[in-house]
Amino acid sequence: MLKFKEWFSHHHEDNAMEGHITQKHYTNPYLIGLLLGIVLLSTFLIMGRGLGASGVLSTAVSVAVDKVAPSQTENNDFYKGYLGDGTKNPFKDWLTFNILGAVLGGFISGAISGRNKLMVEKGPRFSKGKRFLYAFIGGSLMGFGAKMARGCTSGQALTGGAMLSVGGWAFMIMVFVGAYGMAYFVRRQWT
Amino acid sequence: MTAPLFKFGYFNDEVSLIVAFVIGIFFGLVLEKGGFGSARMLAAQFYFTDMRVFKVMFTAIVTAMIGLFYFSWVGVLDLSLVYFGETFLLPQLLGGLILGVGFVIGGYCPGTSAVAISTGRIDAIFYALGGMFGIFVFGEMFPYITDFFYSTAMGKINLPELLDINYGLIMLVVILMAIGGFTAAEWAEKLMANKQSKARG
Repeated sequence: MLKFKEWFSHHHEDNAMEGHITQKHYTNPYLIGLLLGIVLLSTFLIMGRGLGASGVLSTAVSVAVDKVAPSQTENNDFYKGYLGDGTKNPFKDWLTFNILGAVLGGFISGAISGRNKLMVEKGPRFSKGKRFLYAFIGGSLMGFGAKMARGCTSGQALTGGAMLSVGGWAFMIMVFVGAYGMAYFVRRQWT
Repeated sequence: MTAPLFKFGYFNDEVSLIVAFVIGIFFGLVLEKGGFGSARMLAAQFYFTDMRVFKVMFTAIVTAMIGLFYFSWVGVLDLSLVYFGETFLLPQLLGGLILGVGFVIGGYCPGTSAVAISTGRIDAIFYALGGMFGIFVFGEMFPYITDFFYSTAMGKINLPELLDINYGLIMLVVILMAIGGFTAAEWAEKLMANKQSKARG
C-alpha cells in the first residue's frame, strides 16, 4: 500500500521549490487557456450552465450557521438560498460535486508533475505566520466580494465573460483594477 | 437542437452530479497543469513577471465564446436555455474590486485554492477558512445591505444588447482585445525579465 506521504514527494525532480518559483512542467498558457475554454464550453453544452467555485463555501457556511443558530437563517434569504427547502441535503449540489472533482483533478495533475508537496507559497522575505494571516485576510475579502458580485473568477469572469454578460465583464475589469491597485502594498509577500 | 443535453432531458439530476464531478476533474487538472496551484505564480500576474492568469483567462473566454456562438449558429445549442446571470451593476463592480484586492493579498481565487489545497499548499487552507469567514460576514450583513445588493438591476443583459452592436462584431472586438493584450503581456514579461537580470548583475 502506498504511504500517504509518498504521494507528496515521490519524484526525483522537485517541481515545487520554496523560495523562488519554478517554471518546470507548466504547460504553455495559451494551450491551457484553450483547454480551459473547452472544459467551460463542454459544461455549457452538457449542462446548460457554467463553472463555479465559491458556491460550496457558501453552502458550508449556511449549513454551519443553521446548525449553531437556526434562528439566524430563518429570516435571512442569503442563507436560505443555500439551504434549499429542506427536502434534500444542501451539499447534494452541482457546485459541490464540481469542486470535489477539481480537488481530485488538481491532485492527479500535481502527482503526475511532481508538484504535490506540503509547503507554503510565499516570497523568500516573508514569514510563514504572516503569510497565513494574509491568506486568511485575502480569503475573507474574496468570500465577501464573491457574494456581493454573485460569483467569483469562475462564475462571473470566466462564465459571464464567455457569455458576454455585462455584469461578468464589469466584475472582471474591477478584479484586475483591485489586484493591480493593491499589488504594490503587499509586494514583500511575493517578491 | 440537442444541447444543452441536461435541459433536453438526456440525463437526470443524480447523473448531473456525476457529470459535475467529472467536469470538475478536468477543471482541476487544467488549473494545476497551468500553474494555478501556486499562489506565487498567480500573484506574478500583478507584478508583470508572469502574465499567465491573463493569458489563460482570455484564451479560455475567447474559446468558449466562439464555441457557444458556433454551436448555436449550426443549430446544435439552444443558447436561450444556457443559464445567464442577471446584471446588478454596482454590487458587481464593488464585489469585483474587493475580490481583486483579496486576490493579491490572499494569492488565490476560490477555484485555484481548491487545487492548491489538494497539492499540499498549507496557506491555501487558511485562504479557504478566510473565504468562509468572509461569506459568514456577508451573510450576517445581508439583511442590512439587501437594498444595495439588488440595486442597479439591469436584468439578463449582454454586451451586444447594452451597446446595441452586432453580436459578431462584439466577438471580433473581444478577440482583437485579447490578441492586443497577449502582445502587451509578452512584451511586459520580457521587459521585467531584462530588468531582473540586470538587477542581479
